[in-house]
Amino acid sequence: MTTPDTIAGAASTDPMDADPETVRDGKTSRISQWLSKSAVQIVLVIVALFWLMPTIGLLITSLRPLEEFARTGWWTAVTTPSQLTIENYADLIGDADLIDAVLNTFYIAIPSTVLPVFFAAMAGYALAWIPFKGRDTMFLVLVGLLVVPLQMALIPAFSVFRTFGLSGLPAIWLFHTAFGLPLAIFLMRNYFAGLPGSLIEAARIDGASEWMIFLRVILPLGFPALASLMIFQFTWTWNDLLVALVFATDQQPITLFLRDRLGEFSSGIGVISPGVFISAIVPLIIFFAFQRYFEAGLLGGSTK
Amino acid sequence: MKRGTWWLLGLFLTPALVVLAGLVVWPAIRTVFDSFYGPAGQEFVGLQNYRDMFRFDRMQTAIRNSFIWVIAFPTFVTITGLIFAVLSEKVGWRTAFRLILFMPAAIAILSSGIIWRIMYETNPDRGAVNALVDIPVSLFTSEGDLAGASPSTDIASFDQDGLVVRFEVGDEGGTVAVGVIGIREDEIPASAVQASTILAEPPGSGVVAGVVWRDTRPGGGERGVVESGELGIPDVRLRLLDAAGSEVGSTVSEADGSFRLEGISPGAYSARIPSAEFRESWGGISWLGPELITLSAIVAGVWIWGGFALLIIASGLAAIPGELQEAARVDGANEWQVFRRVTVPLLAPVLGVVFVTLTINALKMFDLIVGIAPGSVQDEANVIALEMWRTAFTGLGNRGLGSAIAVFLFVLILPVMVFNIRRFRVQEGRR
Repeated sequence: MTTPDTIAGAASTDPMDADPETVRDGKTSRISQWLSKSAVQIVLVIVALFWLMPTIGLLITSLRPLEEFARTGWWTAVTTPSQLTIENYADLIGDADLIDAVLNTFYIAIPSTVLPVFFAAMAGYALAWIPFKGRDTMFLVLVGLLVVPLQMALIPAFSVFRTFGLSGLPAIWLFHTAFGLPLAIFLMRNYFAGLPGSLIEAARIDGASEWMIFLRVILPLGFPALASLMIFQFTWTWNDLLVALVFATDQQPITLFLRDRLGEFSSGIGVISPGVFISAIVPLIIFFAFQRYFEAGLLGGSTK
Repeated sequence: MKRGTWWLLGLFLTPALVVLAGLVVWPAIRTVFDSFYGPAGQEFVGLQNYRDMFRFDRMQTAIRNSFIWVIAFPTFVTITGLIFAVLSEKVGWRTAFRLILFMPAAIAILSSGIIWRIMYETNPDRGAVNALVDIPVSLFTSEGDLAGASPSTDIASFDQDGLVVRFEVGDEGGTVAVGVIGIREDEIPASAVQASTILAEPPGSGVVAGVVWRDTRPGGGERGVVESGELGIPDVRLRLLDAAGSEVGSTVSEADGSFRLEGISPGAYSARIPSAEFRESWGGISWLGPELITLSAIVAGVWIWGGFALLIIASGLAAIPGELQEAARVDGANEWQVFRRVTVPLLAPVLGVVFVTLTINALKMFDLIVGIAPGSVQDEANVIALEMWRTAFTGLGNRGLGSAIAVFLFVLILPVMVFNIRRFRVQEGRR
């Protein structure tokens, strides 16, 4: 996934359907226009195929027996599809290590998503709608923490967790929460600040407590931003390797499962390639299912 | 301010502040302190870790590679994103195209590294990248059916033109037995069958018969004799030359490795198999070898982040009023001029964002190297973020040196990040 430092920088318009197609007549003749358009079409089709090739190669590799991998390339399956088999996947279903790894990845990613987004929503509301002295400075300092790469905290955090007797999953949750917060606070505060103040004022006049306003007004209104931030953070933590490498104990996520098997790459490909595919399915499903939030919410809402 | 506001503020802000203070601010400060202490954090060593850092081979390679990453990676990815953002505007299926290019960004970077490790397999028969390179290469040099093979008996020998077998043709014809070894069963075309026993009988007057076969079988077998379980080698070209060296016939071996030429008068002859049949394939470029690994990983990086750059640039492109480009066209500018003089300058802020973000990614590069580099070239593929982890958390674990590397990484990232955050503030000002 792209780093969190980025999404906020996106400009405001929905990039997926951007259509600045302009009316073109005048000097260029229709024929040369048609020719250059066809050339572009062909180039883009080729580029798209090339871009898909590695992923397709992985999928086919995961469906071939080990002997075939040692002998021929995955593309031979296009002409001789008889070599394809679900054997590798069938073997993995019985592989307790992989099933544990997939479950552990969920155990890691879900709290590591919910915690920072909820904490950031709370902080974002306070920073946007509860006036207090030094508010803007505090906001800038919190966002300024984006400059700290997580490498700067790994070693001492490791000792802190040991001091408090934390290890494994809770350590990973808290660490992901900490390093997800600066960007999340930035996005939440900006999104909430863009909500109509009249709604909040009306609720206050009606005597609603700030906590009720947060739960009943702000969270529902902020749903698009919350959803896109959660998608982003979930994918980020699902795909994480470094934090898991340092803090995971016996409950290892799928990235560690894969990394442990890279030592015997050729002989382990029957486990590695379906493993990679399984690890990719979850973020890909989320990505395609929530595509709309991803663009409109995160890219648009953050800066408008 | 209402009474109780401070209590409220505490409620809303405390969780975030506590986590940030405890796991970002304090550890970061502690890391700076640790970087002046020894491996276990006990004795004060001053700047020793910073001196050592630049002296160790592994770290020197890491710095050099990170430098290459920072120069090449943001440039390639931004250019890729820009080109395809502009081109994809011209087609109706731009959404599908952009999704396809963005898709790798959803996959774990470690997994993308593994995916490219499969793509980069050295043998052109197995690695897709080398198979593509092989297409033009094989126009000039194709692998022979007998690549790597050598004769099993001394009746055959190599000269500059290939393999030669000298023999006599008598009243009952002549026989040529070309047994070869040094060729694996799976290197023989799938059409091959059990080698012919044509040599068991005299071929008859005026006939030259022979077999080209793999003269070995499980357990070895007897050299120079066709035995059960030994495969013929099909499609091998043979030429028959008389004593004066002029060609009297040529043929190609059958599926059982046999061949037969008729109308040959008695005398001394030589059968030749051209050297092209023995030519080995070029073996493929070693993309994941020590020399090319960083370049190969950067290409994989372009695949991973190209779609991200495209999306951000496309969103910037959509915000540019089309009239500006149109006006330039009306003034007689061609497409390249419009792109170079109008589109790119207007996109400069967005291109800057993408470039800076990718520069930070380049400095933090970690998972991709772990996934793509085979263990034996991990030292050559090393980058700063990887070396930080290796130093601090593998082997004995050097806390002081690991902290110093982390601080070094922070110092490199800091100016780039400050640039990024100032942009946030500019946005704030516009709100």
